[in-house]
Amino acid sequence: MRYLPLTDTDRSDMLERIGASSIDDLFVDVPEIARLDGPIRDLPMHASEMAVERHMKARAGKNVAAGDAPFFLGAGAYRHHVPASVDTVIQRGEFLTAYTPYQPEIAQGTLQMLFEFQTQVARLYGCAVANASLYDGSTACWEAVAMATRVTKRKRAVLSGALHPHYSEVVKTMAQFTGETIADAQPSIQTEPDLEGLTSRIDEDTACVVVQYPDILGRISDLSKVAEAAHAKGALLVVVNTEPVALGAIKSPGEQGADIVVGEGQAIGVGLQFGGPYLGLFAVRNPKHVRQMPGRLCGETTDAEGKRGFVLTLSTREQHIRREKATSNICTNSGLCALAFSVHMTLLGEKGLRELAAENHRLACHAADRLAQVPGVSLLNDAFFNEFTLMLDSETWGGQSAREVVRVLADRGVLGGVSLGRLYPGVEALQQALLVAVTEMTTTQDIETLASELEQLVQEAAQ
Amino acid sequence: MNAPNKSGWKPTMTAAQDGMHQGPATTTGNRALMLEEPLIFEIGHAETTGVDLPEIDPAAPNRLAGLGRTDPIGLVGLTEPETVRHYTRLSRQNYGIDLGFFPLGSCTMKHNPRLNEKLARLPGFADIHPLAPQSSVQGALQVIHELGDWLCKLTGMPSVAMSPKAGAHGELCGILAIRAAHTAKGNPREVVLVPESAHGTNPATAAFAGYKVDNIPATPEGRVDVEALKARLGPDVAAVMITNPNTCGLFEKDFRTIADAVHDIGGYVYCDGANFNAIVGRVRPGDLGVDAMHINLHKTFSTPHGGGGPGSGPVVFSEALAPFAPLPFVRKYADGTYDLVEEEQREASRGQAFGRMTAFHGQMGMFTRALTYMLSHGADGLKQVAEDAVLNANYILRSLEDILHAPFADSGPCMHEALFGDKDFGGGLSTLDLAKGLIDEGYHPMTVYFPLVVHGAMLVEPTETESKASIDQFITAFRSVTERALAGDESLKQAPYYAPRRRLDETGAARKPKLAWEETAE
Repeated sequence: MRYLPLTDTDRSDMLERIGASSIDDLFVDVPEIARLDGPIRDLPMHASEMAVERHMKARAGKNVAAGDAPFFLGAGAYRHHVPASVDTVIQRGEFLTAYTPYQPEIAQGTLQMLFEFQTQVARLYGCAVANASLYDGSTACWEAVAMATRVTKRKRAVLSGALHPHYSEVVKTMAQFTGETIADAQPSIQTEPDLEGLTSRIDEDTACVVVQYPDILGRISDLSKVAEAAHAKGALLVVVNTEPVALGAIKSPGEQGADIVVGEGQAIGVGLQFGGPYLGLFAVRNPKHVRQMPGRLCGETTDAEGKRGFVLTLSTREQHIRREKATSNICTNSGLCALAFSVHMTLLGEKGLRELAAENHRLACHAADRLAQVPGVSLLNDAFFNEFTLMLDSETWGGQSAREVVRVLADRGVLGGVSLGRLYPGVEALQQALLVAVTEMTTTQDIETLASELEQLVQEAAQ
Repeated sequence: MNAPNKSGWKPTMTAAQDGMHQGPATTTGNRALMLEEPLIFEIGHAETTGVDLPEIDPAAPNRLAGLGRTDPIGLVGLTEPETVRHYTRLSRQNYGIDLGFFPLGSCTMKHNPRLNEKLARLPGFADIHPLAPQSSVQGALQVIHELGDWLCKLTGMPSVAMSPKAGAHGELCGILAIRAAHTAKGNPREVVLVPESAHGTNPATAAFAGYKVDNIPATPEGRVDVEALKARLGPDVAAVMITNPNTCGLFEKDFRTIADAVHDIGGYVYCDGANFNAIVGRVRPGDLGVDAMHINLHKTFSTPHGGGGPGSGPVVFSEALAPFAPLPFVRKYADGTYDLVEEEQREASRGQAFGRMTAFHGQMGMFTRALTYMLSHGADGLKQVAEDAVLNANYILRSLEDILHAPFADSGPCMHEALFGDKDFGGGLSTLDLAKGLIDEGYHPMTVYFPLVVHGAMLVEPTETESKASIDQFITAFRSVTERALAGDESLKQAPYYAPRRRLDETGAARKPKLAWEETAE
């Protein structure tokens, strides 16, 4: 077995030192009822590297990779170009095979990286302090709600109808157990989000309002009015961002008054990976709230010789110290994804991020205009960054839903977007809506292919 | 020192190198291969970038609702050569398994096979979208299903939830399913029993799920006090959470008795699977009466720890809890196709699912790595993994027990980790000092001060991927540092001497937290 260095001679020498006659002697405490007479049945025996590679490649080959088709999916996961050097860095064994930096003298690489990462995230979000990452955007969203209840000592959260439905679902799942009241809603199919409807739901018991920016339909709206309304009732504004590249083009949530900003960092450096591992980002605008934050925090300090160094800090908030009184049960975060994000962000820098954002927006504007020319297709959004909602006129489309259209497109080799019907099954008003995301990876040829396939389909539908 | 190889070669330590001899100070602060590295914010510029993109056309129209960025973000960039050098220099200040022995107890720092990395990067796995039409991702759904099937067979459990993102997230998944199952019967109950030796996530998880946590004491031999536990059982107890093998490194031999007693009062048994590496392929937790157990793919199944994640924590369930497991999950049809069961099929498939734990379907990138690992080892190789891991730990226990306090050495064989305490250290020295002394000897220290039930605990987990020569050398080094600690060698208080940094001021860091870089006024 290529991964096991002990030889049979080693094993018998070691058993002798231990004073055991066989390996079974070391498992004597396993009760009779649970002892097996050999390897577990119905599973294959060990295999060579070549055989395993063959097995896995057969499975990978059954999937249509984003690079193999015109690709327009978003809705919380975005396909961006990841520079080659990002993967080179994260595959260095000193990063890949390190543990959480509990021994800071021999973990300065990870710690300094985390300090830089925290600074990058805080600045991107317009906040004072960011943590060292959480699992993903959806769990970070829940942690933000939980933190808001700790800060305000209130138990009600108001969710925007235009928050990613899977994020709402995670929040509602957790709240059933922790006792928060969650007031959620469904998105209204309108050019602009219904901010008045949202702010009217804030009351004196509200711990926080949760708004997505850009929202699930790709819309962008001024957050400062929501911040004012929330603050007037003593509630916090939590802003969720699922596309960090957007923040290279639009104002940060922090500068519009958000108190807690969370999001999904996947778009920068991490890749699609069928949904995980991703990268939860978490930041607060007011440094006084730091002690209520969940997750690891890296801080600057000095060593015994006075040299600058970094350590995990404020761990009295955490489970390994506080046990049942911790701010969160989180232990592992998403360290290697944080590294990938940070390396990619360092390569981009201020200039690169702004240019990347501008290129995304330019292509998205082009795609929106081109796709809106397809008969029976109209653009919902006035404002958007790199993702927008198309409405398929039911009559022109012969009653076909957007979800059916997406399936047919896939059969024809085009990954044409995410239907709102997939995200909101059974909600009649949303069945004709198609979310289309465009990034720097999308070519004008891809856009033309999608447009002409839609034209072909709508023509077929009319017959 | 024992030679680390057959030829007998070992480095010589001359008199000049011994002791505190330091060369002259260098202008740069560097010491040859040990290179100091500034923060990116100290070397980068707003106008520098390592990515070539089209320049922004200031006249281009935009549809950003008048919310376009006007102020600088405050980011800096580096070109590619500068970026690669920055992170390469940082990496060299890190200890990893690739560099040396990393016996961090309860963390299972085993070798991470590179085949796993290669296959996880196949575009068919790495470059697919979580919401892609299901007809276009059949191979990915197959991998999730296949890995789930391995986990069920290895644990002897009928069902698995794949979406939890890490061990603590898996614990939460298990406890929420337990709470949902009790609630369905009309009463969620109030209390979860947790042994005092448990990992901190256990009580944190139970409290999060709305339960009161009652601690159960350990016996002098290091196992759960069965009588104390039984005495505490009653209709208010929702579940027990027990780690097996436990955090003292011992198999809970009365686990089945405990499980039966808990089931008798209508409670459920949660097993923390953090230490599954000791028994994988040899013992199936399902045979011991477990109702829910999370499995850390980043421990037992070798997905990389990455300096603190990402992990992955699938949870196996008994028949009683399976209906309450969260959405989404992968379903296989007789014709060999797969689909993803999400909220819209909740009623038809798993009506009592307690909800959703994460936006998508779990840590796919970790699933491909873990399945690759399982296929490489097979049922026979995994059994050998457990046996070699346990053999290595017992070898360490019996090679150090004469010199180091081993509180449970008489409790029978240990499992995959050996536990020691700091009794009899001289001169006010503590476990921390011994750990820092080990750093100078070239090792990552063991887990320290955990579990809490042993004073100055040192938990040593060698794993199965160390050679005997590597372990022998470690034992020699550990003995020598232990001898210094017992003798009260004052110099240990200042260790480490040879790491990239000396001891860091953690108190100062917490008192005046500096958590982001700021420009200092010139």
